[in-house]
Amino acid sequence: MARLSLQGIRKSFARTEILKGITLDVEDGEFISLVGASGCGKSTLLRIIAGLEHPDEGSVSIDGKPVDEASPKARNVAMVFQDYALYPHMTVAQNMAMPLIMGRLPMRARLPGMRLLTPGFAPLRREIATQVETVARQLRIDHLLERKPAQLSGGQRQRVALGRALVRNPHLFLMDEPLSNLDAKLRVQVRQEIVELHQNTGLTFVYVTHDQVEAMTMSNRVALLQEGRLLQVGTPDDLYSDPDSLSVARFIGSPEINVLPAQARAGGFEVGDQFIPVPHQLELGSDLFLAVRPEGVMVAGAGPRDGRQMVTLAVTRTGMEDLGGEIILHTAVKGLPGIDLRARLQKEAGGVDLDLRNLPLDLNLSFSPRSCRLFAASGARIRAGAERAASLPTSLESVG
Amino acid sequence: MTDAPFVTSRAELHPLRRAWARVTVGQTLIWLALGAGAWIAVFPYIWMVSSSLKPTNEVYDADFTIWPKSFAGFENYHGVLFEQPYPLFLMNSTIVCLGILAVQLVTAIPAGYALAKLRFRGSAILLGTVIACLTIPINVTSIPLYLGLVKLSLLDTYFAMMFPFMVSVFAIFLFRQFFKGFPDSVIDAARVDGFSEIEIVIRLIVPSALPAIAAFSVFSFVAHWNDLYWPLIVVQSQEKMTATLSMMQYQSEFDTNYGRSFAAATVITIPMMLVFLFARRSFIRGITMTGVKG
Repeated sequence: MARLSLQGIRKSFARTEILKGITLDVEDGEFISLVGASGCGKSTLLRIIAGLEHPDEGSVSIDGKPVDEASPKARNVAMVFQDYALYPHMTVAQNMAMPLIMGRLPMRARLPGMRLLTPGFAPLRREIATQVETVARQLRIDHLLERKPAQLSGGQRQRVALGRALVRNPHLFLMDEPLSNLDAKLRVQVRQEIVELHQNTGLTFVYVTHDQVEAMTMSNRVALLQEGRLLQVGTPDDLYSDPDSLSVARFIGSPEINVLPAQARAGGFEVGDQFIPVPHQLELGSDLFLAVRPEGVMVAGAGPRDGRQMVTLAVTRTGMEDLGGEIILHTAVKGLPGIDLRARLQKEAGGVDLDLRNLPLDLNLSFSPRSCRLFAASGARIRAGAERAASLPTSLESVG
Repeated sequence: MTDAPFVTSRAELHPLRRAWARVTVGQTLIWLALGAGAWIAVFPYIWMVSSSLKPTNEVYDADFTIWPKSFAGFENYHGVLFEQPYPLFLMNSTIVCLGILAVQLVTAIPAGYALAKLRFRGSAILLGTVIACLTIPINVTSIPLYLGLVKLSLLDTYFAMMFPFMVSVFAIFLFRQFFKGFPDSVIDAARVDGFSEIEIVIRLIVPSALPAIAAFSVFSFVAHWNDLYWPLIVVQSQEKMTATLSMMQYQSEFDTNYGRSFAAATVITIPMMLVFLFARRSFIRGITMTGVKG
């Protein structure tokens, strides 16, 4: 169990700056996800935490102690890799025993073939074997101990990789896209198992993924990286409903958030030809972006009213995705060329009497100003006075 | 529809005739070409074994017969095996070849790993140097090496016989190509698990590279077993003579006992053929695998 602290981490490869100053604190026992598109530097950051890469600038501390000079072994971190990285010619039992053998046996006793020549270490070897069996039982792979990795399925290999990481009680548990090689069904199952693992062990988990659904469903906190910078760090709900910037709002959530152009006016803003009053301090005449999640959008007149003025836009239907319980409606906004509006409509929405399958081609969609988020032309979030106090310090640097 | 006695379908032909029926002109040509190639490769050995059974005057005979007209096999092989310390020569050859191979593997495997998997300043230049060194033949360096060994009065020692071959750039290059295909994530996992770099080499790289190591070992062993050039330069006494060098004993300025030379050549070749037969599978696997990955 450990706290992890990153201070101003920078890293370049051949003149390309991959990480541009990352500062992040991870609490003891936390499950944090590093999420971002491929090439954003999340895997490099994880490798720096593990000690496999060295940052050009900045420092890594575990439990308050700088570990910049420490080897991966000395940091006592465990890491699970995307392709599992099992030792190909060793059995499952040997794979899982390796971290313990390397950690506890001296060099002379652990070289191949030294087992018979160093009988003094037999009790320790037995203890290691018992420990491996215990962990294997927890992961339900104890019947596979004598197999080689090539004889295992993807899910079994993944468990062995988890087991190898677990046996030695690491300070930190690092995972680099561990689910991306599994098929969809198995992925959901192993996702759940990893969450349970975190709850049972109480260890600090750092989880790298490009899949925002994984990040949102598994972690206590999500750190969103883009082009080597941290855009926002917060709970999954923070990132979803209270994004610091338009980039965060766009990255999180599927289907993507709707973004509409708007102009600031006295006491509110104008979108399309409607004026919406808001309590925000807006620079008069400036361009704004209005973002609203697809589930906030409804067919005009069909949704429950919250007593406020609704933003209503005339749109043309361009496509429909029937997902069973809900429908994703794709539309183009009339009078705003190139602007799409997506709506996520529940088929069984309470009190709504609407035939979703036979929507007309031209219709009106509406959403409440309450479900909107306002962004400046630069992409920075514009908050009402009270909201600003809640924003995190990291979010201020990341804008721009 | 009952049986049709006048129609002999292909399926009813005798299996042998059926097999013949499938032979095409193209296949026949391929067999002829392969057969000619095989004959070119095998004929020198047949000649060697045949000549080893003949007296010298018959070796020179214009009309070649595979079986000798006057059989001198007993004298020739007795002369090779019992009239000289033949076991000593074989032992010398074995010591030299194994010594060279051991040092080559101990130096080339870590070097190949470093060039394939470690990032360090100048690694590209080092690799270029390794490749450039592949082009330097032993003949270029033999005079300075000889003079150096004379100065250190190391002539006529096992060390002198092994020394020029202890570091094989070919092996470094071969292993580097082979190791490049090893997954980086496994090496990273090993580092996280606490392997030292040398343990990564011993426990992970070497077991995965056994075919390449076997292939190189056969290459190296055969090459140095057959080497005549360097032993001829540094060996002075009979005690250090290698098996290949011992063949030179039947030559003098006045007379060469060719029958006996061929008998010696046969005896010396047999161990190499046995080595190759036993290592054949991994030898071929090692070569083809490097070919694909390189």
